[in-house]
Amino acid sequence: MNFEFSSDQMLLKDQARKFLEGEESLKKARDVLEGEASFDENLWKSIIEMGFTATTIPEEYDGLGLGYLELCVIAEELGRSLAPTPFSSSVYLATEAILRFGSDDQKRAYLPKLATGEIIGCFAHSESNTSPTEENISCSFDGSKLTGQKIVVSDGDVADFAIVSAKNGGSVGLCIVDLKSEGVEINTETTLDPSRSHASFNLNSSAEALEGTSWESIQELLDRAAVLFAFEQLGGAEACMDMAREYAMGRFAFGRPIASFQAIKHKIADMYIAVELARSNCYYGAWALSTDAPELSTAAATSRVSASQAYNECSKENIQAHGGMGFTWEFDCHLYYRRCRQLAANIGSQAVWKDKLISSLERANQI
Amino acid sequence: MDFNDTTQEAEFRKEVFSWLSANAELKDGSKDSLPAMSEEDALVRAKEWQAKLYEGGWACLHWPQEYGGRGSTPIERVIWGQEVSKFKIPGGFFEIGQGMAGPVLMMYANEEQKKRFLPPMAKGEEIWCQLFSEPGAGSDLAGLKTKSVLEGDTWTINGQKIWTSGAHYSDYGILVTRSDPTVAKHKGLTYFFLDMKSPGVEVRPIKQISGGANFNEVYFTDVKIPDSQRLGEIGDGWKVALTTLMNERLAVGDASGPDFEEAFNLACGHDLNGSSAIKDGSVRDKLADWYCQQSGLKYTKYRNISALSRGETPGPQASITKIVSGNKLQEIANFGMDLMDANGIVRQDDPEYGMYQMGFFGAAGIRIAGGTDEILRNIISEQVLGLPQDMRADKGIPFNEIPTSNK
Repeated sequence: MNFEFSSDQMLLKDQARKFLEGEESLKKARDVLEGEASFDENLWKSIIEMGFTATTIPEEYDGLGLGYLELCVIAEELGRSLAPTPFSSSVYLATEAILRFGSDDQKRAYLPKLATGEIIGCFAHSESNTSPTEENISCSFDGSKLTGQKIVVSDGDVADFAIVSAKNGGSVGLCIVDLKSEGVEINTETTLDPSRSHASFNLNSSAEALEGTSWESIQELLDRAAVLFAFEQLGGAEACMDMAREYAMGRFAFGRPIASFQAIKHKIADMYIAVELARSNCYYGAWALSTDAPELSTAAATSRVSASQAYNECSKENIQAHGGMGFTWEFDCHLYYRRCRQLAANIGSQAVWKDKLISSLERANQI
Repeated sequence: MDFNDTTQEAEFRKEVFSWLSANAELKDGSKDSLPAMSEEDALVRAKEWQAKLYEGGWACLHWPQEYGGRGSTPIERVIWGQEVSKFKIPGGFFEIGQGMAGPVLMMYANEEQKKRFLPPMAKGEEIWCQLFSEPGAGSDLAGLKTKSVLEGDTWTINGQKIWTSGAHYSDYGILVTRSDPTVAKHKGLTYFFLDMKSPGVEVRPIKQISGGANFNEVYFTDVKIPDSQRLGEIGDGWKVALTTLMNERLAVGDASGPDFEEAFNLACGHDLNGSSAIKDGSVRDKLADWYCQQSGLKYTKYRNISALSRGETPGPQASITKIVSGNKLQEIANFGMDLMDANGIVRQDDPEYGMYQMGFFGAAGIRIAGGTDEILRNIISEQVLGLPQDMRADKGIPFNEIPTSNK
């Protein structure tokens, strides 16, 4: 059995971690949070130079042609360092949609530019205060014209194009819209995590189809992205555990480090348990993603639910372990608390993914 | 990343499977097992099976051959465990001896004793128990009081042990005692093994909340043990005990009882509020939690096996297993009974329903046995995460001056 990342992949992970520390990714997340910029352009440029955006793009489209396991370890480090860039939108969602569903022409047009970071993509799916379903999607696409509204589009105000879910006739599929084109109105949204930018779209513009896509294609896209988002969540969760541990070791009360009190020790032990379960489930997701395993939907939902739980546990209890300091703007605890909530919401809530998990097990049971 | 065996591992797996196929019956489902019977009959059945294993060269795989083992690698032991779980196999009597007493004898007994005691232990001819906990010393094991006094070459033991699984059918026991109450508590302990038929040893069963009586109180009144049966130096018993406990934590694994599959199938076949329970949002929410926990433990195990497969020592991840599975079992047990509505409290003979009731009691025990949830959280925080040890009110104080519940 070899249920572990290879030494090359672990080396890549280590390089990514050191690179992001060297770039002061965490500090840049705070700068974006406090400033006017939608993302950190310098960090984004450096990430592109590292080749991260080109990871899974085949060499024929100017990518590196590496596998998803490589992308998973990068995702974990981006999550750990709260990298304030449109990486997840452009790589896990937009690039993936073109790779999976694009025509040869579309691949030639988009992938080389996505690889070099010349363009940024995003994914527009949500429309209202409820989770999207095949029935309630109201954006409509007639093969050339796209009309409707999308909300909470991560990186919608910095992307060059969007992959949009829309009704075409009776069924829902995906299309590509150039966000610079006429009839696209983009409004920046203020969210709980301003270190990541979000926007809503009013669409009355031309668009091109991702031919042959259906509601199932959207689920497939979300499943694949879910594994990568889970790795970001895992990295964030572990960072919170490490922060809580370090603070508790150095903070004295009643004449001793607070890390010597069982109330704190057991809290951190519980973080560790949540992180290890999530890590093992994420590995399962990574295996399924990298091998196109038939149980990908189960594995993806498992890693997503487990990593969301771990991040939630660790980010809230990290604040608790810090006491009053954890509630200050100055300390970084809230950056993780915010990002945890942002990541928990951006491709569907915990309730949605738990339901997907049980549904996929029901399907497997029927076969 | 893959789940495949190496060529060598695959060959070994094949060899194991073919021997098991020739000697045991395959299970129909994962929870299929041999029919229940009285403890006495089950013991006979288990001894027969263990002897068969021994003759076939499959007992205590990782032990050296000269002591009755096979000299297998850790990964071979894992493969054996995976394959054996596919068959209906009796068990439940030899784990303490082979898992805890055996390794301690291997480290501390003399050559003659190893040759005398290890092979019968491997063969299942002689059963061993572990005499550690006392009424006043559980999680704080080093607070034990059972007294040992040396005169000439003979020790005299007086005191009481408790929670001793299988003492009533054991032939031998490993024992920790207090040989010097005037020094700090970890320093005055001495470790022995003894014949459970020795004069002055009295075993009394303890009735458990489940109604069963797997464990006992054991009383020692002027019990004589020759000094040659001391394991480790006088006063060094704590160090020897830690070796045993480390092996205990490796031996205690998943809680047995209904898991995700059983809960899921129960929900699929049961109505709740007028429609199938599996359609209920709260049911799906819980099932998803348990699936993620079960899956997380499964793949944690796979990560450990991968480390063994590469010849490395597994990481500390295994320490989470008992905490997660014990609590999951307790939740699933309550869920299963709840789904049966009021009928959930009526004793059920059908194992499909009865297992939730068994789990209801079993889970309360597994969360305590072999290290409580709280002690395990201490171990994770101290040994895995490097947090400071608890502040101790008894540190450095001679044992006989430490405040106790009785003072």
